[in-house]
Amino acid sequence: MKTQSRTIYTPDSSIRHPIRMLADMIRDLIAGRELAWQLAVRDVRAQYRQAALGLLWAFILPLAHTITWIFLSRSGIVTVSETELPYPVYVLTGTMIWAIFMDAVNAPLQQTMAAKQMLAKINFSREALVVSGVYQTLFNGTIKIAVLLVSLMLLGIYPGWILIWFPFGILSLILAGTAVGLLLTPVGMLYTDIGKSLPLLMQFLMYLTPVVFPMPNSGWAATIYRINPLTPLVLNTRNWLTGFSPDYLGYFFMVDFLTIALLLFVWIVYRVAMPILIERMSA
Amino acid sequence: MSESLIKVENVSKKFCRDLKRSLWYGMKDLGSELLGQLHNGGGQLREDEFWAVRDISFELKRGECLGLIGRNGAGKTTLLRMFNGLIKPDIGRIEIHGRVGALIALGAGFNPILTGRENIYVNAAVLGLSKKETDTKFEDIVEFSELEKFIDAPVQSYSSGMTVRLGFAVATALEPDILIIDEILAVGDMGFVLKCLNRIDRLSKNTSVIFVSHNMIHVSRICTQALVLNSGKPIYQSSDVAEAVNVYYSMFKSEIGDFHGSEKAKLKAIALVSGKRCATGNKVLSVKYGEELKINLKVEIDKTIRGPHLYMAFYDKEQRNFAEIYSSNGNFVIENKSGWIAIEATIPSINFSQGIYSITVAISERKGGQVIFRQQSAIYFQVVGTQHGWAPIQIRPVWRQLTAINDMNSEVTI
Repeated sequence: MKTQSRTIYTPDSSIRHPIRMLADMIRDLIAGRELAWQLAVRDVRAQYRQAALGLLWAFILPLAHTITWIFLSRSGIVTVSETELPYPVYVLTGTMIWAIFMDAVNAPLQQTMAAKQMLAKINFSREALVVSGVYQTLFNGTIKIAVLLVSLMLLGIYPGWILIWFPFGILSLILAGTAVGLLLTPVGMLYTDIGKSLPLLMQFLMYLTPVVFPMPNSGWAATIYRINPLTPLVLNTRNWLTGFSPDYLGYFFMVDFLTIALLLFVWIVYRVAMPILIERMSA
Repeated sequence: MSESLIKVENVSKKFCRDLKRSLWYGMKDLGSELLGQLHNGGGQLREDEFWAVRDISFELKRGECLGLIGRNGAGKTTLLRMFNGLIKPDIGRIEIHGRVGALIALGAGFNPILTGRENIYVNAAVLGLSKKETDTKFEDIVEFSELEKFIDAPVQSYSSGMTVRLGFAVATALEPDILIIDEILAVGDMGFVLKCLNRIDRLSKNTSVIFVSHNMIHVSRICTQALVLNSGKPIYQSSDVAEAVNVYYSMFKSEIGDFHGSEKAKLKAIALVSGKRCATGNKVLSVKYGEELKINLKVEIDKTIRGPHLYMAFYDKEQRNFAEIYSSNGNFVIENKSGWIAIEATIPSINFSQGIYSITVAISERKGGQVIFRQQSAIYFQVVGTQHGWAPIQIRPVWRQLTAINDMNSEVTI
């Protein structure tokens, strides 16, 4: 006779038994590893199988974005202050890095919404959905980075040994994006307003981060840029990629620490919210 | 092995009628849940809320099968979702031992663009099977689903029946301790349904099964006990599955069916008589299995039709026509002299399985002639008793035990 797991469902909040809840969280995360991988493989395959351009889609959008900004600054429609890097390189690296961050932000809500039917009918590790989203962001991100590295070399920029820090920067961005995305997911599942306003908010956020504009030196804009926790992440990721030494390293690590704390918190919220959300959406 | 695998105690669940309010309650519940307070505002109903499931209790051991029956919206699926851990009960407690397998959303997680092969792995992973386990069961799954030829075609090219077959094959490869089945045998052809039933039979020896279906034949074939739900409340709960099916059938109002006729004939009255009881029109007569049933008809028929022919058909609840009466059978001749006829047909012993049946009446000019009158489900009656089986007709032969093998040889020539 095999040993049996015992599960009890009651109306009580699971927050009341924090140790049991943490144990469940870790158990589900481990149990969902393989599923996360399967789901990621499924989605990536399906995504590219029905597209004639295939993998190109991973970087067409940021590339188009870059061209727009180069055009805007060259033609003088928008004046951009001097950057240490040639401006096209600055924009290209910025938009590619930002695109990876955006993917990470969108993934949790997108994954959960897409799995609505499944969530409403099958009990599987909910963590797997989030992890699968991270895998997909990593996959698409790798393509973007490969394109980016090749383009940089063509433009005559060779990153040095400092490049080994670059994955650390990307990872920090993806984790931060996942934390933000996961934070929005429970409410976003109930009200579609979240999903609809997200692109708008992100666009706005992009202009407050040194993605296409360099850091302003003075004025209130400079203050906002400096407070923005995404600034050290984006700046340093770009610096490591292009061979510059990192800025605001202290703030960078603080943001990383906060990201992990936030991630743990939103993970708990996500878990606790799931049965309530499923009840309300009733597929 | 007599431990209970699933133990349900006074479980209730409420739902909200209004969408906007429901979403708002969702936000509130989320808040209180995070603060560690009781889920869903305790056991009180808030505005626009109602009990979708009320006070359900039962226990199920290994090898037992509970049939959940009731009309649409009676709360069956809600109950299943609570057992599966998808939603939490508002009141009560559910205790589950072992792995739960659900045959609910067959093929959930299938991606239409990917091939059947790829989808098997994804679906199995969703249901909790590791890749290694899936590898060993892959051949089995494909064979059971009978999709060998199409396994490398994208699932979007499958018919709905094929998708369900694949989903069923994956889901039953799981070998769970508790199996939840929700109305899945509705799709799929006859052969596959039988195969599924056999697979469920095999699994149920080591499993506790909770079975939801509107097909009472399947329920009475599989279940060892039954729970009838009406608007979320348990109205009948017993191991007498046949009686539960009766309770379920009696929840439906019998409706007199469509009428099709010409000026030439008109059904004036129809009545059923059994013993001293009698019913006409909308009333449903109860007849005991094995008792006599008389059908009385009064029909107005145009005088030009001299020798009309009468036809009656018996339908069961699944709308199967399983028995017929022809007035020409046995050389009975109806004579129409005065423009109306009254007829009594006596069936000495009703040997139907318990349940509700209807009689359709049709009259034609002569045997094989044009139909001048037809009324679908003109009257209903209910057969009561303990005789319940797969088939609508339950034959009770005259039995005799033979004492020696020679007895048989002496009477039967082979």
